[in-house]
This record gives sequence, C-alpha cells and structure tokens, in this order.
Amino acid sequence: MNFKNFKLDLSNKNKDLIPQVLTVLFIVLVIIYFTINAQNNMGNRGISFGFGFLSQESSFDITFSLIDYDGSHSYAKAFLVGLLNTILVSVIGIFFATILGVTVGISRLSQNYLISKAAEWYVEIFRNIPLILQIFFWYFAALRALPLTVDSINFYDISFLNVKGWYVPRLIWTNFSLFVYSLIAAILLIFFVSKYAKKQRDELGKQIPVFYISLGILFGLPFLTFLLGGVTLSFQIPELTQLSKTIYVYQGGVTIIPELISLALALSMYTATFIAENVRAGILGVNKGQKEAAASIGLTKGQILKLVVMPQALRIIIPPTTNQYLNLTKNSSLAAAIAYPDIVLVFAGTALMQTGRAIEIISITMLTYLSLSLSISVFMNWYNKKMAIKEK
Amino acid sequence: MKSIKTWILVVLASSLLVACGQGGGGSGSKKSKTLDNTKKAGFVKCGVSQGLPGFSNADASGNWTGIDVDVCRAVAAAVLGDADKVKYTPLSAKERFTALTSGEIDVLSRNTTWTLSRDADIGLTFVGVNFYDGQGFMVRKNSGINSVNDFKDGISACTNTGTTTELNMRDFFNSKNIKYEPIAFEKADEVVQAYDAGRCDTYTTDKSGLAAQRTKLSAPDDHKVLPETISKEPLGPVVRQGDSVWEDIVRWSLNVMIEAEEYGVNSSNASSLKDSDNPAIKRLVGAEGELGAAFGLDNEWSLRIIEQVGNYGEIYKKHIADTNILPNRGPNQLWTKGGILYVPPAR
Repeated sequence: MNFKNFKLDLSNKNKDLIPQVLTVLFIVLVIIYFTINAQNNMGNRGISFGFGFLSQESSFDITFSLIDYDGSHSYAKAFLVGLLNTILVSVIGIFFATILGVTVGISRLSQNYLISKAAEWYVEIFRNIPLILQIFFWYFAALRALPLTVDSINFYDISFLNVKGWYVPRLIWTNFSLFVYSLIAAILLIFFVSKYAKKQRDELGKQIPVFYISLGILFGLPFLTFLLGGVTLSFQIPELTQLSKTIYVYQGGVTIIPELISLALALSMYTATFIAENVRAGILGVNKGQKEAAASIGLTKGQILKLVVMPQALRIIIPPTTNQYLNLTKNSSLAAAIAYPDIVLVFAGTALMQTGRAIEIISITMLTYLSLSLSISVFMNWYNKKMAIKEK
Repeated sequence: MKSIKTWILVVLASSLLVACGQGGGGSGSKKSKTLDNTKKAGFVKCGVSQGLPGFSNADASGNWTGIDVDVCRAVAAAVLGDADKVKYTPLSAKERFTALTSGEIDVLSRNTTWTLSRDADIGLTFVGVNFYDGQGFMVRKNSGINSVNDFKDGISACTNTGTTTELNMRDFFNSKNIKYEPIAFEKADEVVQAYDAGRCDTYTTDKSGLAAQRTKLSAPDDHKVLPETISKEPLGPVVRQGDSVWEDIVRWSLNVMIEAEEYGVNSSNASSLKDSDNPAIKRLVGAEGELGAAFGLDNEWSLRIIEQVGNYGEIYKKHIADTNILPNRGPNQLWTKGGILYVPPAR
C-alpha cells in the first residue's frame, strides 16, 4: 500500500456517511458500557445472571388463568398465563373501544343536538381524567355497588352478578373439534361467496345479498353438525354453595372476575374517546363534493356512507387508531393496581420478587410488550395498505 | 469538517467513559466502602415501607417512626453520632431488594422476612431479627369462621404481591387440600379496600400487619384475626452482600438494643451506669473494652444507640404496645422472660 498517495476522501458522499457511522459506533459503545457496568456491579454483589429460573417451580397461584396452571408449574408457565391475560384484556378492550369509539364519533356529527352534545361531553370527560383514576373508579365503585353473593343480581336463574364476579354457565361440549372445523369451513365459504358476489357485481352489475347469505352460512353450517355430526352442547349452571354462616360462593360455572370487567371497561371507555375523535376527523376529512356527487347518481344515504365516505375516511382513521390500539395494550399494564393478573402483576411483580432476577425479568417483559405492539402495528399497517387508494 | 471533528471527540470521550466505568466500578477494599460513603454523605440511607403503623410509618409532618425505623436510627447514632441523620426511602415490596443491591439504600429495614433464597441467592445478607412474626388470617366476625379449619373450597383470600405471604398461602391451602381464589394487590391500601368491600372472604398477611391494617377498615370491630399462625416470619434488617464491616455494624446496632434491655440499661440510665459493677453493662455503655474499634467506630457507639434510640423494650412499648397494635409481646419477649429474643453477647 502506498501511504503517500493516501488521502482522506472527504467528498460529499463521505461527509454524509461519516457522522452516521460515528453515531452508530457511539450507540454501540454506550450499550457496551451499560452491559459491562451491569455485569461488573452484579459480579461485585454476588448476583448471578441467567434464565435457568424459568424452569423452576413458581410456587404461587394465580386467580384467573386461560390455561391450566397452579403453583406447581414453572415460572415460564406463569409468564404465559400473564401474557394471555394481557392479550385477553387488550382484545376485549380494543373490541369495545372500537365499537364505542365509532358510535360516539358518528354521533358527534349527528344533526340531533342532544346526541351530538352527549357524545361531546362523553369525549371531553373521559379523555381528560387520568386512566389510573378511572380504573380505580370502576373497580372500587363496582365493588361497592355490587351486592354480596347471597343477594346476587339474578339473570333468569342462569347467570349471577355479585361483588366476587360475574358467574355464567359453563359450556360442556362433545365432539367440539367438529364444531370448530365447521366454523372454519363456514368462514372460508363466506370468503368465496363474497369474492364471487364482487365479481358478479363488477362484471354483470348483479347485486347479490352477501350479508344474508353469509349469516345463513355462519349459523347454518355449525347447526348442521348438531343435527348430523353428533355435536352436543349442555350448560352447567353456577350453583350457590354455602361455605360458612355468612360466606357463600357460586361454583360450577365460569367466573368472570370483577378485576377483568372493570379493567376492560376503563380501558375501552378511555380509549374510545380518542378513537371517536379519529372517526370524526376522518369523516369530516372527506370532501363534501364526494357526498354530493354520490347523491347525484342516486345512491341512498346508507350507500353513500358505506361506499363513498367510509372507504375514504378509513384512510384517515386507521393510522391514529393504530396508535390508540397500541396505547390500550400498553395501558393494560396498569392492571397491577387492581389485582388483575396480567404480565406485569404476575411476572414483573410476583415472579420478580420471588426470584430477585430483576434484570432478566424486566428485559423479558419489555421484549414481550415490544413484540405485542409490533404485531399490532404490522397487522394495522397491512390493513392500512389494503385500504389505501389503489391507483389504476 | 467541524462537525466531523466534534463527532470524533464525542466518540473518544465515550470510549474514555467506558474505560473509567470499568475501573471505577471495581471491587471494594478491605475497609468498608459503605461506612466511608455514609460518613462522607453525613446520613444513613435507609429503606422503609410505604407506611405500616408500628414498623415504619410517616406522620403528617413527614417524621418516620416505628421499630424498623429505629434500627436505622441506631445505625446513624453509632456511625454518625446522631440518630436523626437518616434519609428514608419508602419502598414497595417489589422495589426493596433492587433498591438495596443497586446502592440506592444501604440498610433495608422494612418488615422483610428472612428466607434462605433471599439470603443466599440475590446478593443480600440478613443481619438479624427485630420482630418475630407469623402469617395469620383476618375474617368478618359474623362469618361463622372461628379457625382456619373452617375454611372450605371456594374461599377467596386477598393479599399483597411480592411477599412470602403469597407462597405461604399456597402451602397452607394445599396442605389442607382446599381450593382457594388468591387475589393479590400491589399495595396494602388496595388490599384493605377490596377486603372491606367484600371482594374476598379473608385477608392474609403477617399478624402484626393484620393488626395494623385492621385499624384502616371502615368498621374495625366487625373483623377478627384467627388464632392460628401458618408460617414463621422472622422480620429483620438487610444489607448488601460483600461489605462485612457494614454488615457487622448493622447487626450489632440491633443486638446492643436487645442486650441493653436484658441488662436493664435504658435511655435514661445509660450514662449513669458507666461505673456499674457489672462488666457486661460497662462494655455496653463503653466504659470497658474496645468494642467499637473492631469496626472502626469509637467506644461510645453503643452508649449513643441506647441514649438516643433506647433499648428494645422501650422501642417496642413506644411503637407496638402503646399504639395498641400488639400489646402482648409474645415471642418478641427476652429469652429470660419466656420469649425467644436471644442475642450473642456483646464482648
């Protein structure tokens, strides 16, 4: 190599590149510094690092679990219970927040003074009170308002609501897998029917009542399995049992714990306000001329909303609503305050305490939330792309 | 050009930082780093609870009192000569050990149960026991439950997360073959509210805690604590592993308070006992021997503890008995009086 001829090439391209490389280097060094520092400090204090604890017996129980779990299972299983509970409350929250948000958002644009004002008040009140207070409010208000077990609110002798939760009948299936297959088949069939209907409409201009056909398939096909496939369903109704002089409990059914109800309620009421504003902005964002043009070719009010306004409004609504879904998921970590056993309470709480492995457990929990959020993002981006203007 | 130079400088500086960090985070010397730092700072960094009457509780003006608080006050009296030179950090059950191992606090005195895994596995050292407790159950008086044997399948129990309570509860119900519903809250206040509202049939935690929390219920007299104790809960102060001098200081600050009670030395008579006939008493008040020198303190360290904080009997009476939390000392009585308080001799 000839060093005499070596010159630092500072052409424009490199000028842009060097700061970027140095920035990356700097970030890497900072990360290395923190890692080494943590390692040193843990070493000095005799703390070991490792994920071996995940296979140890957890030895604590969890109130509410979607899978079979008790304290003789591992910490990894406890983690899974917490994760599923987090996903459960997020899915329920997102579902109701979306329905409520869309309803309120459209209501705010209503011509009816009472409806639009009510929607406006709802939005202004619920989005301006800190979420944690709303969670406490719903939880302790519900606990105080609901009757004790003996005086439960009775829904036709099959379902009962009281301070310890909402007791619903347990479903007991035979040949359950056949039923599930029929549901999957029904969904696939509906998919093909709607594709076929779209083709018919585009090519021949024929309108096929897709909605009613789909409804028929969705209920008809699984119903057939009851008649022909030997699928049976029976209900186990919760029964009141006396444990002592004044302590009663319902046993035999499924219990929906008050922690889940109040958390889902608080999360959806809070997030719905933001979604409502997104919906309102989306609808207002569609040019007035679009609606007038649609009306001039004779579309009905419903058709205008469905075929002209909503497809355009959705493009404005989806990206900020994605943010709200992410927020809801992350906000569900406030569950710990009211004893809903989500991943933060179970794993970053109890498991952390019992094992003392702060760094490992907090990193796993952070990675979990990151993956959850990224999954929602990926799905919503896919949906957004699907809804985007397709230039032909 | 200028921006590139700046960047090179930043990178150089950061690599220097890495080098320093590695050097600085190095091992402790033979002397106590914690002791040196405490003397330099002028106060003892003490971790306490977020409010448990009798143990560590802040009043309206922010003054901390309780028997756990007095352990830190004793250390401050021994090391800095003034029991008031303590900085208190209220910690949740979840935060407490991380706060200690990370150096945010130097003594954790927060009704913490001494267990093997905590002592051996996570870089902590328990120095002694300042309160022998056990887990119990509280129920409504009208519930018809008079003993833990009356519990049946389906019972719901409220408790705190991040405590040994959760584990004991499982052991207990499993051994009795009872299916139960555990409801675990992060903060004690929420447990009390949920139990009060009827969310659960029983509230379980350390008996001292039950007695203290009962006062927060809307009608304390409608509730009672069941007679059975389902676990051993030796509560005591904790320090970081690896600083044996500091560990000894905290251990013996606690021990001399108990030994002082044994020999009848209290805050009012301590200084007048310097010419006592009993050599054990003379050692306690610093008139004989060179006990303080062993951990780099002067000879009056124990006298200051007794004078400024008091002996164990005095602090128990002041914080636990007179406040009606647990008027009966039970196992927390001296071994000479039928209890199990027994400390090695200070000599």
